[in-house]
Amino acid sequence: MKCTLLAAAMAKVVVATIGAASADPVELQWWHAMTAKNAEVVNKIAADFNASQSEYKVVPVFKGSYAETMNAGIAAFRAGNAPDIIQIFEVGTATMMAAKGAVKPVYQLMEDAGEPFDPKAYLPSVTGYYSTADGRMLSLPFNSSTAITYWNKALFKKAELDPDKPPRTWPETFAMAEKLRAAGVPCGFTAGWISWTQLEQFSAWHNLPFASKADGFDGTDARLKFNNPTVVRHIANLATAEKDRSFDYGGRTTEPEGKFLNGECGMIQTSSGAYGIFKSGAKFDFGAAELPYYPDVKGAPQNSIIGGASLWVLAGKAPKEYKGVAKFFTFLSQTGLQSDLHEKTGYLPITKAAYEAVKESGFYDKNPGREIPVLQLTRKPPTQNSRGLRLGNLVQIRNVIAEDLEAIFAGKETAQAGLDDAVKRGNVLLAQFEHNTR
Amino acid sequence: MERRAIFAGRLLPALLLTPQLTVTIVFFIWPAAQALLQSVRREDAFGLSRHFVGLDNFAAILADPFYLASVEISFVFGFAVAVLALALGLLFAVMADRVVRGATFYKTVLLMPYAIAPAIAGVLWLFLFNPSFGIVGSALRRIGIDWNFLLDGRQALLVVTLAAAWKQIGYNFLFFLAGLQAIPKSLLEAAALDGAGRRRRFWRITFPLLAPTSFFLLVVNIVYAFFDTFGIIQNVTGGGPDKATEILVFRVWYDGVVGLDIGGSAAQSVILMAIVIALTAAQFRFVERRVHYT
Repeated sequence: MKCTLLAAAMAKVVVATIGAASADPVELQWWHAMTAKNAEVVNKIAADFNASQSEYKVVPVFKGSYAETMNAGIAAFRAGNAPDIIQIFEVGTATMMAAKGAVKPVYQLMEDAGEPFDPKAYLPSVTGYYSTADGRMLSLPFNSSTAITYWNKALFKKAELDPDKPPRTWPETFAMAEKLRAAGVPCGFTAGWISWTQLEQFSAWHNLPFASKADGFDGTDARLKFNNPTVVRHIANLATAEKDRSFDYGGRTTEPEGKFLNGECGMIQTSSGAYGIFKSGAKFDFGAAELPYYPDVKGAPQNSIIGGASLWVLAGKAPKEYKGVAKFFTFLSQTGLQSDLHEKTGYLPITKAAYEAVKESGFYDKNPGREIPVLQLTRKPPTQNSRGLRLGNLVQIRNVIAEDLEAIFAGKETAQAGLDDAVKRGNVLLAQFEHNTR
Repeated sequence: MERRAIFAGRLLPALLLTPQLTVTIVFFIWPAAQALLQSVRREDAFGLSRHFVGLDNFAAILADPFYLASVEISFVFGFAVAVLALALGLLFAVMADRVVRGATFYKTVLLMPYAIAPAIAGVLWLFLFNPSFGIVGSALRRIGIDWNFLLDGRQALLVVTLAAAWKQIGYNFLFFLAGLQAIPKSLLEAAALDGAGRRRRFWRITFPLLAPTSFFLLVVNIVYAFFDTFGIIQNVTGGGPDKATEILVFRVWYDGVVGLDIGGSAAQSVILMAIVIALTAAQFRFVERRVHYT
C-alpha cells in the first residue's frame, strides 16, 4: 500500500516536471539601456514576439546607461551568467569584436539556426559599421541614430530670424547664435555628446580622418589624428563663442538636451534619437536640420556616421536558446516593425524595405525633418574617413577628449594644446588596447 | 570589574562566532584578497587571457601625474568635508543641547540627510546648483556671479564638498549631542560660579571632555570622505570638469568598470586601502594620545 502511494506520488512529480518543462517557453534574456519612451518600445517588441509564438520568451531587462549595460554584460560573462542578447553602444564595438571567445557573431548564429538572412537587405551605411571587412555581420543594428541640428522656432522669431530657415554652415550658426544672444536668449546653441558631435561627426562630415588606418577599420595600430588645423580652428571658434555664451557647454552626454528643452538654448546638435524626447516635452515649435559645415573645407559635407547601439549575442549558451535568438532577430527585421520603430522613436530604419515603406506612406511629407538623419547618412558614398570609428577603449578616449574640451572652453588651454594633449593621452589608450588584444 | 564570559566547551563559542566570521570573510577578506590578486595581474575585459605582471600596475599608477593629482584632490576634499561636517555638527549639537521645547523635532530634521543615499544627495545638490535651472545656481547668476560648475573646477569642488558635508552633519550632530549630554552639569556650574563666560566654559571644559567623541567622529568622517562620497561625485560632476573632482575612489571605479582595466583598478584600490589604514593608524597614534577618557 505504502509502496503504491509512494510510486504514485513520484510518478505525479515526474509527470508534472516533464509537463512543466515542455510547456514553459525557453527564456531569452535581453539586456538593454533604453529609458522612457524608448523603453516602452523595447517592452512592446518583446511582448509582441512572445505573443506571436509559444516556444520562446524574450525577457527585456533594463541595466542602466549604455556603459553600465556593457559592463554588466562583461561582469556577467566572467561569472558564467551572461544574457543571451545584449545592447552595446557603437563605441563598444571594437571591444566586443576583439572578444572572439565571448561573442557569437550574428551571421554564424543565423546560419546555425537555419534562419533566412540576407545582409544586403540592410542599409549599408548602418550595417557596415557592425560588419567585418568582408561584409559578414557580427551584430544586429537595433537603434541607430546620427547627429543632427534642432532649432527652436519660437526663439528664432524672437531674435527676428526666419523660423523656417536653420543655419546651413558654421559661420551662419555662429552669426545666428550671436543674434539670439542679442535678443536676450540665455544661450545661442549647445551640443550634446560633445566628443561625438563636435569631433567624431565633425571629422566625418568634413571628410577628415579622426584616426589613422581608416578610423581603425584597418587595424588596431590606428592612432588619433584629430588635432589637425580644421578641427583645431573649429574648437577654437567654439571656445571664443563660449565667452559670450553664443555657444554654451552643457555637459558631456545628454545633459545639454535639458537646456534646449527648457528653452534656454536656441539650437542644439545632438542625437536624432532625442527627437522623441523633444517631441513629447518641448513647449515650443522646433525643427530638425542637417549638421552645419565649413564651406571652405573641400569635400564637406560628406556624410555623417551612425551612433546608437546594436544587439550582440554572447557565447556559451545552449543551441536551443540560439535558435530562439535567431527567430527573434528575424522578427526584429520585419518591415512593419522597423517602420513602426522608426516613426515612434528618432532612430533609423535598418532595412532598405522599411525605409522605402516609410517613404511611400507619406510619413516624411507629413513630418518634415524626420528624413534628415537618413539623408545625412546616405548623402555620399562613405570614404575611409566617414564609415565610422572602430577604436578600442573609445569610452575612455571620449572622456579624455571631454576633459580637454572642458579645459579649452574654460579658457585654461588653447585649442591646439588641448587637442594635442587629448591625442597624446588617447594614443596611450589605443596602444593599451592593441597590446591587450594581441 | 573584569567582565568575561566563560564557556564550558569550545563548540558553542565557535558556533556563536560563525555567522560574524562568515560575513567578515565573505564581504571583507575575500574581496580584499581578490583585489590583491588582481592587482598583480593584467587581463582583458572578458577575462579570456590573463598573465602575472608583478608590481607593474603599481609602478604605472605611481608614475602617472594624474594619479598624484587625484591623491592631492582627495586629501583636500577629505579634510574639507570632515572639518566642515564636524564643525557644523558640533555647532548644531551645542545649539540643540540648550533647546527645551521641540528638541525631538530638531533632532529628526537634522538627522534626515544622513538617511539619504549618496547618489540621491548628489542629484539634489546638482539640481540646486545647476547654472541653468537650479534655484541657487540661477540666483547666483542673477546677482552677477559667473556660476558654472560644469566648467569651473573650483566651483565643482565646492558643490561636492557641500553636498558630502551636508549628508554627514546629521551623524556627527547625533554623536556630539549624546556626548554633550554626558558631561556633568556640575562641572559647568562650578566654572560659571568661578566667573567663566560661555565661550571659556565651552573651550576649556566641554570641548576637551568631548574629545573621545570628536576623535571617533574624525576617523569615521575621514573614511566617509574617502569612500562613501563616490555616489555624490559620480552624480554631480562625474569627476570633472577636467578631473577637478576626481577623487581616488572615483578613479578606482572608472578605471575598473568603465576602462575595464581590472589590474590597474585593483592596484589603485590596494593603494587606497593602504592610505586610509595609514591615516587611521596615524590618528590613533598621535591624536588619541591627547584624548581624555573619563
